[in-house]
Amino acid sequence: MTSALLEQDVEATDADRDVRGGTSFWRYAGRKAGGAAFSLVMVVVLGFFAFRILPGDPTRSMTRGRIMSPEQLETLKRQFGLDEPLHTQFWIYLKNLPRLDFGESYVYRRPVSDLIAEHLGATLLLTGVSAAIAIALGLWIGQRAAWRRGSWFDRLNTGSALVLWSVPTFWLGLILLLVFGGMLHWLPTGGLKTAGTTATGIPLVWDVIRHMIMPVVTLVAVTYAQYLLVMRASLLEEMHADYLTTARAKGLREDLVRRRHAVPNALLPTVTLVFLHLGGLIAGAVTVEAIFSWPGLGYLTYAALSGPDLPLLQGTFVVFSSIVILMNLAADLLYRFLDPRVRAA
Amino acid sequence: MTSAPRSSSRATSATSARRRAAAGRVWREFRSSRSGLVGLVVLLVIVLLAILAPVLAPARLLDVTQIDNPINHPPTWSLPLGTDPSGRSVLVTLLWGARVSLLVGVVATLLSMVIGTVVGMAVGHYSGWGAAVLMRVVDFFLVLPSLVLAIVLSAVLARGVWTIILAIGVTSWASTARLVRSQTLTIESRPYIERAWALGAGHRTVIGRHVLPAVLPLVLANTTLTVGSAIIAESTLSFLGLGDTTKPSWGSMLKVALDSGAATGGFWWFVLPPGLAIVVVVLCFTLVGRALESVINPTLRGR
Repeated sequence: MTSALLEQDVEATDADRDVRGGTSFWRYAGRKAGGAAFSLVMVVVLGFFAFRILPGDPTRSMTRGRIMSPEQLETLKRQFGLDEPLHTQFWIYLKNLPRLDFGESYVYRRPVSDLIAEHLGATLLLTGVSAAIAIALGLWIGQRAAWRRGSWFDRLNTGSALVLWSVPTFWLGLILLLVFGGMLHWLPTGGLKTAGTTATGIPLVWDVIRHMIMPVVTLVAVTYAQYLLVMRASLLEEMHADYLTTARAKGLREDLVRRRHAVPNALLPTVTLVFLHLGGLIAGAVTVEAIFSWPGLGYLTYAALSGPDLPLLQGTFVVFSSIVILMNLAADLLYRFLDPRVRAA
Repeated sequence: MTSAPRSSSRATSATSARRRAAAGRVWREFRSSRSGLVGLVVLLVIVLLAILAPVLAPARLLDVTQIDNPINHPPTWSLPLGTDPSGRSVLVTLLWGARVSLLVGVVATLLSMVIGTVVGMAVGHYSGWGAAVLMRVVDFFLVLPSLVLAIVLSAVLARGVWTIILAIGVTSWASTARLVRSQTLTIESRPYIERAWALGAGHRTVIGRHVLPAVLPLVLANTTLTVGSAIIAESTLSFLGLGDTTKPSWGSMLKVALDSGAATGGFWWFVLPPGLAIVVVVLCFTLVGRALESVINPTLRGR
C-alpha cells in the first residue's frame, strides 16, 4: 500500500513493515514496549547526566548573577547532594525516581513533584483540547483537499497550511495577544481563570473557556497544518488504487467511495504520524503557556529557565518526554487494531 | 546513479561530466517550478541584506548609549518601523537579527545533516547489534520532543550562539537519519552493489562511491526543508531567553516585545516585523525545498 516514497516523505514508522510481516500481536507489542522502555531509560539517563556531566558547575549556573559566599555555595552543594561522588548521586536519583522525587525547586522552594502534579492538569487540558481540534480539522480538510486535488479549495488550504507551518508558535500567540487582548480587549490576556474568582459551576467553566480560546487557537493553527499535509499526501497515494475503480464501477456515489473506501485506508499511515507529532504539540505548549501565563508544565519550564532552576527543569524534562514516549507506544499498538488486514489474520 | 568508476583518469572525468550534466538537469527542472524560483530569489535578497547589514546600518545604531530616539515610537519617515523599548530602530535591529537567525539556521542544519547522514548510512549499511542499538537511539530522538531537549541543553551550557547551534543540531537529526537509512537500504538492494561486492569492494568503497552519491540529492532537498524548522527553533530558544543576549536575533526581539508588554500595549510595529521576517524566510526555504524534492523525486509532484 504505502510506497517507499511516501514512507520517506512522511517518515512513517517501522509499523508499516511489521504489519505485512504477519507477526503475532504479542510479539509486536513486546517489541514496541521494549523500544519504549529503552527510550524511557535514555530519558532517565539523559535527565541525570545532562545536568551533571556537561561543562559548568550546576551551583554556578544556579547562582548565576547572584553574589554568594563560599560557605553558601558549600551549603547549596550539600543540599542538592552535589558533594557526593557521581555514581552515588546517580543511585540516589534512581532511588527517588519511582516517587518522581527530583528534589526541591530552587525558585519555588517546594518539592518538584508537588509542582509538577499541580501543573500537569492544566497542560493536559490545553494540549488535549488543542490536539483533538487540530486532528479533526487537519484530517477533514486534508482528505477533502486531496479528493479535489488542484481545485481552489485544495490550493487555498494547502497554501495556508504551508504558511502556517512557517509561523513560529509564539509569534502567532503574540499576534492574538496584540489584537484580541491589547487592541480589542475582547479576551483575557493570561491565566486559566480570572484571578480571585469565586465562581463555580457553569460560570467557572465559561470563564476557563474564555481564557482557553487564545492558547487553543494558537496551538491548533500551528499544528493542524501538518496533519492536513500528511492526510492529503496519504490519500493522494490511494487515489488511483484499483479498489476505488471497483467501488465506482459498482455505481457508488463519489462521496461514499471517498468516505467508505479511500479514507479508511489513507488513515492508517496518518494515525502513527499524528501521534509522532504530539512531541511538537508539547514543544508548542511551552511557548504558548509562557505567553498566556497558562499555569501548566510549559509555564513551569519557562519559569525554571529564568532561574535557572535545574531540579525543576530536570523534572519537567523527564515528565514531558515520558508522556510523549508513552503516547507513541499507544499509537503503535492502536495501529495494529486499526489495520483491517492485521485484524483478519 | 553512478556505476563503479574504473580507476583511470578518463573514466573519472567522464563521471564528473555526467555529474555536471545531472546538475544542469536539476537546475532546468527546478527553474520550471515558479514557487521554488520565487523562494530562491527572495532568499538571495535577504541573505544579501544580512551580509550588507554593517554597511547599510552601522553597528553603533544598536548601541543604546549612542542613540537618542524616543522609545516605543510608532513608525515615522526617518524610523520606518518605529523604535523598541530602548529606543533602537526596529528596522536596524531586524537587519542585524537576520545575521544571527540565518547563521544559526544554516549551521545548525548542516550539523544536523552531517549527523543524520552518517548515522543513517551506518544503520542502513551495517547489521548486527551495534546497528540495532543505534537504530533505537534514532527512534528515541525521533520521538523525543526535540525542543524540550534543546531547551535543557541551552539552559545547562553557557549562553551563546554556538550553544544554540549545538542544541538544535544534536536534537534535530533523527528524521534525516531515518530518511537516509531507508534510501541506503533501497540502494544496497540493487544489483550494482552486489557487483561491487563481487569485484572485491570494501565497506568504504560501497559507502563512499555508491551509497553516499545516491543519498546526497535527497539530503540536499531535506536540508533546505530543515533550515526552516531550525530557524523557528532558534527563534523559539531566543524567545525563551536562551539565546545570546549581546546579539539581537528575531527571536530575542520578540522576547523583548513580550517582556516589555508590547503586545498587550498594542505596539504592533515591534511585534509584527520580526515574526513576518521569520515566516517569509521559513516559507522561502520550504518552497525551495519542496521544489528540489519534486525534481529529485518526480512522483511527489503536485503535492
